[in-house]
Amino acid sequence: MTTFQRHRFTPWLLLAPQLVVIAVFFFWPASQALYQSLYVQDPFGLSATFAGLDNFIQVLVDPEYRRALGVTVVFSASVALLALSVALLLAVLADRVVKGARGYRTLLVWPYAVAPAIAGVLWMFLFDPTLGVLSAMLGTLGVDWNHRLDGGQALALVIIASVWKQVSYNFVFFLAGLQAIPKSLLEAAAIDAAGPWKRFWTITFPLLSPTTFFLLVMNTTYAFFDTFGTIDATTGGGPGGATRTLIYKVFEDGFVGYDLGASAAQSVILMLLVGALTLVQFRYIERKVHY
Amino acid sequence: MRYHRPGLDLLSHALLLLSIAMFLFPVWMALTAATHTRAELYTGIAPLWFGGEGIDNFIAVLRDPVGRLGVSVSQLLFNSLVMALGIAVGKIVIAILAAYAVVFFRFRGRMLCFWAIFVTLMLPVEVRIMPTYQVVSDLGLLNSYAGLILPLIASATATFLFRQFYLTVPPELLEAARVDGAGPWKFLCDILLPLSKTNVAALFVIMFLYGWNQYLWPLMITTDTAYTTAVVSLKQMATGGDNLVPWQTVMATALLALLPPVAVIVTMQRYFVKGLVDSEK
Repeated sequence: MTTFQRHRFTPWLLLAPQLVVIAVFFFWPASQALYQSLYVQDPFGLSATFAGLDNFIQVLVDPEYRRALGVTVVFSASVALLALSVALLLAVLADRVVKGARGYRTLLVWPYAVAPAIAGVLWMFLFDPTLGVLSAMLGTLGVDWNHRLDGGQALALVIIASVWKQVSYNFVFFLAGLQAIPKSLLEAAAIDAAGPWKRFWTITFPLLSPTTFFLLVMNTTYAFFDTFGTIDATTGGGPGGATRTLIYKVFEDGFVGYDLGASAAQSVILMLLVGALTLVQFRYIERKVHY
Repeated sequence: MRYHRPGLDLLSHALLLLSIAMFLFPVWMALTAATHTRAELYTGIAPLWFGGEGIDNFIAVLRDPVGRLGVSVSQLLFNSLVMALGIAVGKIVIAILAAYAVVFFRFRGRMLCFWAIFVTLMLPVEVRIMPTYQVVSDLGLLNSYAGLILPLIASATATFLFRQFYLTVPPELLEAARVDGAGPWKFLCDILLPLSKTNVAALFVIMFLYGWNQYLWPLMITTDTAYTTAVVSLKQMATGGDNLVPWQTVMATALLALLPPVAVIVTMQRYFVKGLVDSEK
């Protein structure tokens, strides 16, 4: 590639804003997080003693932390699987009806623009124990709904709100993926007398696997981080920690409990976890993916 | 070749319309709740149809201070707008400049800069939230628009999108510009920026939504409600000291807070889809 030569000063001038911002608001805090994870600090930040891996050990043996890990696994897996399967079904339907696919996209894409916290509040209203429409409906079916008291129901509430918001994102990608599949392939299969069901599983689904794989990674990170707002605005991690995910615990321990060492150690663990997860997804799933 | 089955098509339309109705249902319920008085709401189950308040609840939250917040929703919406625009514009400007430097110049330390920027993609702000809070606090930026905006533009997603795009620009363009005696700034303004119009629009939509819908960060750094955003205020309203949640107020605010991003996504859908599908894959 041709480039501008003999401009020594200009590139630095161009890079300066980005470098300053990431130095102050990224590298400085990130190094602080690493530093704090290795030190025990008193709550006023007056003194700190080197603790090595003590913070990490303490976090990992804490039963509350393991509970949060369990909640995160159940929550993330449910959100990712539900959001992916609903979106895939809707995308297949929208792709079938050649006329109107774009119209359906407009009608289904908007929940993406709704803030996670607002999604949570909307669903909290529907499931409100005293005047919610859905909790009343469940009441007539004999289900006594109160997510403020029942941990399982609280988890279900945040899962539903998170899925409701995420389906639209997956739908956009699945629809784009489906529309990129050459119609001639499907027609050829139809000539060979393959029915719609068989055509989907032998042609469409394998060809969609790169999209699915990418979406799996994106949905997992969404469930890990972006759903903080959904959880905080609806259940606040409760009742009794039933909806306290790992990111929620980092926030609680750091910002509410002011235990900086533990909070930083958790941040570092979370970082490694997300990194490892991405790596595993790439290594093991990519092999089965047809590009 | 007929492999389309009309019956299945009809079923598809029916299922799609049903799902769209189900997706709209929470918003519909919010809309009807926002048109009732609290007393009406609490007479039984939330009504499926509009009440007598009409748009009065909306006007009330926009005009008067809401509950314990002490500020009106107009102020909150204004704060959200400043934050969303600040993040979108800020991120795009610094990203364009940085990507331009990395792609079109050769200088010592170029690869180091590249990697320094690349690393920021690995760590979302949520993970380093406590130390970032401390840095912002040390700089005296709590309860300020700068504090709301700057830490969230410290990531390189946009920089990488522009880098990818610049790499596809044919080298002949730069050759021709140089033969004509154009310097780096002229090339950027007269040739590169006009070419990136679609990318800028796509990125603007995505970053605007990202900024508007932020929750954790504004929650932490705005203790003064004069700087709180609309999205963050909802929790405080929904968990008032009062036992009965004022759902009509909460729902009116929720609808006002979700309207701008939804309007952006619906009108700019073309750019949004392009931005999503082109960039993140």
